[in-house]
Amino acid sequence: MNRKTKDELRVDHNHDGIDRRGFLKCMAWAGTGTLCVIEGGILRSYALSDMRSVAEAPSAGELYFAQISDSHMGFNKPANTDVVSTLKAAVDKINALPRRPEFLLHTGDISHLAKPEEFDTVDEILKSAAAKDVFFVPGEHDVIGDDGKQYLDRYGKGAKGAGWYSFDKKGVHFVGLVNVMNLKAGGLGSLGPEQLAWLEKDVQALATSTPIVLFAHIPLWSVYPEWGWGTEDSAQALALVKRFASVTVLNGHIHQTMQKVEGSVTFHTAASTAFPQPEPGKADSPGPMKVPSEQLRQLLGITDVNFVRGQHALAIVDSKLG
Amino acid sequence: MIRTSRQWCAFGTLAVLAVLLSGTRAASDTRRPAAAAAAEVKIDNFSFSPAELTVTAGTTVKWTNRDDIPHTIVSEDKTTFKSKALDTDESFSFTFAKPGTYSYFCSVHPKMTAKIVVQ
Repeated sequence: MNRKTKDELRVDHNHDGIDRRGFLKCMAWAGTGTLCVIEGGILRSYALSDMRSVAEAPSAGELYFAQISDSHMGFNKPANTDVVSTLKAAVDKINALPRRPEFLLHTGDISHLAKPEEFDTVDEILKSAAAKDVFFVPGEHDVIGDDGKQYLDRYGKGAKGAGWYSFDKKGVHFVGLVNVMNLKAGGLGSLGPEQLAWLEKDVQALATSTPIVLFAHIPLWSVYPEWGWGTEDSAQALALVKRFASVTVLNGHIHQTMQKVEGSVTFHTAASTAFPQPEPGKADSPGPMKVPSEQLRQLLGITDVNFVRGQHALAIVDSKLG
Repeated sequence: MIRTSRQWCAFGTLAVLAVLLSGTRAASDTRRPAAAAAAEVKIDNFSFSPAELTVTAGTTVKWTNRDDIPHTIVSEDKTTFKSKALDTDESFSFTFAKPGTYSYFCSVHPKMTAKIVVQ
């Protein structure tokens, strides 16, 4: 079997980087010259015929960036009494990546209570990151109390509406979406008609071969609606990018890594740099999950993403902080 | 300190009277809806409890956040009442002057819903 694309972890049930089905599939191919490697905690398969040294990062990629999420600056409860340290550890991790990421995405809940000093502290810490540009989208904690005015003042220059925008890097089209505003009682995340209309125009003229990356705070797929882990009108957004050959959706909010592939769309959520949350349905509520202190950093992390022209799926790798 | 039997007697009488009086008060209370002082809602584990609270018009309801995450209290119409973000142990109060059913939610975690029924 000659595989051109890399197999990605589907669902990281035990947070150990091993998807049972993927592992078994991988082992079955071993006889045909496939190497299975756990790289950065994710099971990846390489055809031996196009092997480069597995010790190298997939460095032939044309675009390399990193994602962090849910720094919750200001949180100080038992689940993590020092979110400053863990955010700094995340920056150290970014700086220790095999390649320098060109920029960072922060998928929201930058602050815990949308206080000015909380935003200031995050900005200050991120100055030490090797990647100088950071692109943000707000989480629901970032828009508390002032309908996102402060978030917009700080991070919304050039953005539309509640802070949505797009940009291009090396032929990849990035779209930052806001799904934490105007939430209705009993509801999920929401993009709203104005943003969807903007998105339609934004991608209209792009060639189908243009890789698309959508990033937003709340998952744009239905992870666990009972806990609000989903977006009411995400199907409409995804319909607008259905025609593209490669769509990557990067989210946060759930404080654990999760991945799903549906046709040409890869969905991925990042870990938090502040505190973990329970797996869907495994606790009474989705709040901060207390773990023994020596385990905390294993449940926090960063994500790095590599785009190689010619390959449909962007290679997404999660790294734990400890 | 109670030393003499006389003092014991007096104390005993007072104690009995106190019990009787408080019993009387409780009895009369059950003929009326709960007093305003008892109108409290606790927020914990991403839920409001009680999920439905019935009070009389003019009652002040006090919400206290016991969760380790901030929450808000916002009426469904988003205008009747709207708290700031409450961190752990912070409170918010609102006086319900008019009868009606007031559904509300946490604007940060909109799946958290509850209601106050004002009679």
